[in-house]
Amino acid sequence: MFSKHREIFKFLSLVLVVLITPLLVHEGYLLNVLIFVGIHTILSLALNLLLGYAGQISLGQAGFFGLGAYISGILTTTHAINPWIAMLAAATIVTTLAFFVGFPILKLKGHYLAMATLGLGIIIYIVFNEAVDRTGGPSGLSGIPNLSIAGYTFNTDLKNYYLIWTFTLVAMGLSLNLVHSRIGRALRAIHDSEVAARVMGVNARVLKVQIFALSAGLSAIAGSLYAHTMTFIAPASFGFNFSVELVTMVIIGGLASIYGSLLGAALLTVLPEMLRAFQDYDIIVYGLLLVLMTMFMPGGLVKGIPELFTSIRARATRKVKTDA
Amino acid sequence: MLKVKNINTYYGKVHALKNVSIHLSPKEIVALIGANGAGKTTILNTLSGVTPMQSGSIDFAGESVGALSPDRIVKSGISQVPEGRQVFKGMTVAENLELGAYLRFTAREPKELIRKDIVKIYQLFPRLEERKKQMAGTLSGGEQQMLAIGRALMAKPKLLLLDEPSMGLAPLVVQEIFAVIERLRSDEGVTVLLVEQNAKAALKMADRGYVLETGKIILEGNAADLLENPEVQRAYLGKEKKDIWER
Repeated sequence: MFSKHREIFKFLSLVLVVLITPLLVHEGYLLNVLIFVGIHTILSLALNLLLGYAGQISLGQAGFFGLGAYISGILTTTHAINPWIAMLAAATIVTTLAFFVGFPILKLKGHYLAMATLGLGIIIYIVFNEAVDRTGGPSGLSGIPNLSIAGYTFNTDLKNYYLIWTFTLVAMGLSLNLVHSRIGRALRAIHDSEVAARVMGVNARVLKVQIFALSAGLSAIAGSLYAHTMTFIAPASFGFNFSVELVTMVIIGGLASIYGSLLGAALLTVLPEMLRAFQDYDIIVYGLLLVLMTMFMPGGLVKGIPELFTSIRARATRKVKTDA
Repeated sequence: MLKVKNINTYYGKVHALKNVSIHLSPKEIVALIGANGAGKTTILNTLSGVTPMQSGSIDFAGESVGALSPDRIVKSGISQVPEGRQVFKGMTVAENLELGAYLRFTAREPKELIRKDIVKIYQLFPRLEERKKQMAGTLSGGEQQMLAIGRALMAKPKLLLLDEPSMGLAPLVVQEIFAVIERLRSDEGVTVLLVEQNAKAALKMADRGYVLETGKIILEGNAADLLENPEVQRAYLGKEKKDIWER
């Protein structure tokens, strides 16, 4: 089922699409939306490794995303540290933190795990709001510098587009490698039956914590990228709602699918923008679409779209036959 | 080969195993029988490290394995076929077998060797080869049991712990699976500890047996003797009930 050549071809096609899209999209607003698609893809990818592959829920992903953004923001503004080093620090700190928090938390299962991660996310959110002298509190932190390489600063939408999507594609490539490896199989095994995985010699307890830490670290990198692209951050972007939105992206896109993460992130980022036409009713249309999609595409977009095409084609050929 | 001495295992406050001692010699097939909730599965889970014991000792091939984590226990040569099969339903048959060799992949064992062993499993269970690209969840109960056994064998165990392989299977399939277990012993020299509800079939195949009741071993002996034991016949083989039924 998994053929290496096909997989490489698929990935290279995606790289090509990412490269040429800005040639067709000049408008700053649209580029901005695409930047967000990139950041959201990294985030839903991080969650999908945990939720889709290892089968462990996290409702605190926005917290890790926010921690990445704030660590990067505070280090670069208050302490004038190089943004790249700040990003590295953010990733390291958050990964380490998640690793140690992960041991007690991931002993929990199902709803209890959801509650614990939810609590973790809320604690982090409260810290953003309350530690006013460090984070700026509810009014946020501004003046965060852009990233730059040897004097070349990523200060326009187009430059940021390429920067973010480089990170997104690298994250996707590495994730593809991971899930098709022995580790990826072990993760899916934990998902299907933790007891069986353990008696096969998979160290489930440690592996779950490791993937949780990886997921948190990747989210922190996304947070750091967000901070240096937007140059302004506020707690409102890292609340519980956003954690839920990330879970929705993963489920709508397709659990245990790397490309599903991209599709889910793209849809849930672009859709609200397109629904602006409905003005105050946009949230109703948005909700309705999500309900319909979970009803008719339970496997997510990544499975649903091809199925839709085959059923349309089947219907078309049937029609041709009856006409003849 | 396996020496279990006075192990005690708890689930919270429930004392599930009370001073259980069992031993297995190389190439033996030993059956563990008893009613529901007697602690048969708990013994296997304690041996495989999934449910750690509170006190006692487990020696396997001259090594103390009682305090080890499940992965270290697998490495030492004990493989468990868990209750209710627990195949990885969302994965193909071939992937399930590869997972059985997880630690061998981790140890960077040459892939050809592992592939050779997968072929061996297919020879043992030809039906698995026919279905190797199928999702394990779509297999029949008997095929899933074969897969669960094959998966455990991929770790190259010296001792195989089998938890109710006959559960919910047609008598013919049970016969087929029991025949394979006997072949594993004679061809590969695998030692087998077998937990069964189907006491008669288990004792017929086994060399020796233990009878477990509420966490304690109440009887042990040659399988043939146990089959004839009036207590066993009454409690587990339903000999008295047979008269009632056939009247």
